[in-house]
Amino acid sequence: MPAVLLAFIAGPMADSALPSHLPEREEDPGSHLKWFLSGAAMIRTIPALILMTAHVGFAGLASQSGVTVGEAMFMVAAIWALPANIVLIGAIGAGYSILGAAVAVALSSIRFVPMVAAFVPEMRGAKTRKIVLLFLSHFIAVTAWVLGMEHLRNVPVKMRTAYFAGLGMTLTTANTLVVGLVYYLSTDFPPLVFAALFFLTPMYFLASLWGSARDRTVHVAMVLGLLLFPLIHHIAPAYDLLLTGLAGGAATMAYLHWTKARGRAS
Amino acid sequence: MTWDSISAWWWPYLFILLAGWLPTDVWRWIGVLIGGKVREDSEALVIVRAVATALVAGVIAQLILYPSGSLAESSVFLRIGAAAAGFFAYLSLGRRVIVGVIVAEIILIAGLVLA
Repeated sequence: MPAVLLAFIAGPMADSALPSHLPEREEDPGSHLKWFLSGAAMIRTIPALILMTAHVGFAGLASQSGVTVGEAMFMVAAIWALPANIVLIGAIGAGYSILGAAVAVALSSIRFVPMVAAFVPEMRGAKTRKIVLLFLSHFIAVTAWVLGMEHLRNVPVKMRTAYFAGLGMTLTTANTLVVGLVYYLSTDFPPLVFAALFFLTPMYFLASLWGSARDRTVHVAMVLGLLLFPLIHHIAPAYDLLLTGLAGGAATMAYLHWTKARGRAS
Repeated sequence: MTWDSISAWWWPYLFILLAGWLPTDVWRWIGVLIGGKVREDSEALVIVRAVATALVAGVIAQLILYPSGSLAESSVFLRIGAAAAGFFAYLSLGRRVIVGVIVAEIILIAGLVLA
């Protein structure tokens, strides 16, 4: 009910003859803050909690890999993509050059193109400036994406950027602090706890990636990636991740075309 | 130029920016620029999604099969068994991520304690 009321109040003001280059906050600052806080409150949901357990695992991984607490927190805030962070830690451990590490990270992060491209129409209003979208895109990662896709449709169009800013920035800040806190406490942890923390990360991805699929592509690519990796690691350990991505992607497309053609023939 | 090339305090942070932040946010910016212009079911986006998903699946396999740190000393069969049981629990008990994670952790910890 408050949402409807706010849209009703903000509507006539926003539709007045204001030049479109004026920042949106000059229209109605109070309600932007309200929607920012409403987005921030998503930190209390189950997906946000699960993301924090995954970052507890990342803190364990980072401290076992010789990355300092400041570096680990900086990675979380600056990159804000757990697979990219794990790939980067792997590349650092394997002694990759800065270019080699960047290529491996870029391949793991290429999924953001379709993710963000699908997300932006949900978040954008008629007057939303591109620079705002470019800035806010940093906070799009799997959990924020899933929560945003679910809830943005219930937010007035003009308040969606404020809502997502609250959601995305709160998730990023909270998880950066979680990594700092767990890393700091972890100096006293026994090896069993480290092993359990480390295992959180693959399990979190296994389940959340499977659940994020909107069509068959993701499931087929996941199964092929899991099966191909040990084989490729055995043949070409230096390029195992890159080749798994390319070969798994190609095999997925071949499989999808084959089942489509077979469906048409029958 | 590797992580250990320069001993100055700022070098790891510059390394993270150039090898982590830039190659990740560049894709987000491209996503913003093409957002709404490209259909989500277009062939190009399906290919991108397939490659990226297979690569992340590779990362998952790497963490389970070839972990670093304390987990590296455990049996590979224990890790595969715990992961498979967790994933089966996720699929069969309402597809909740937390269920899969908890079941896998219980089996892993039980196996580590008994070993």
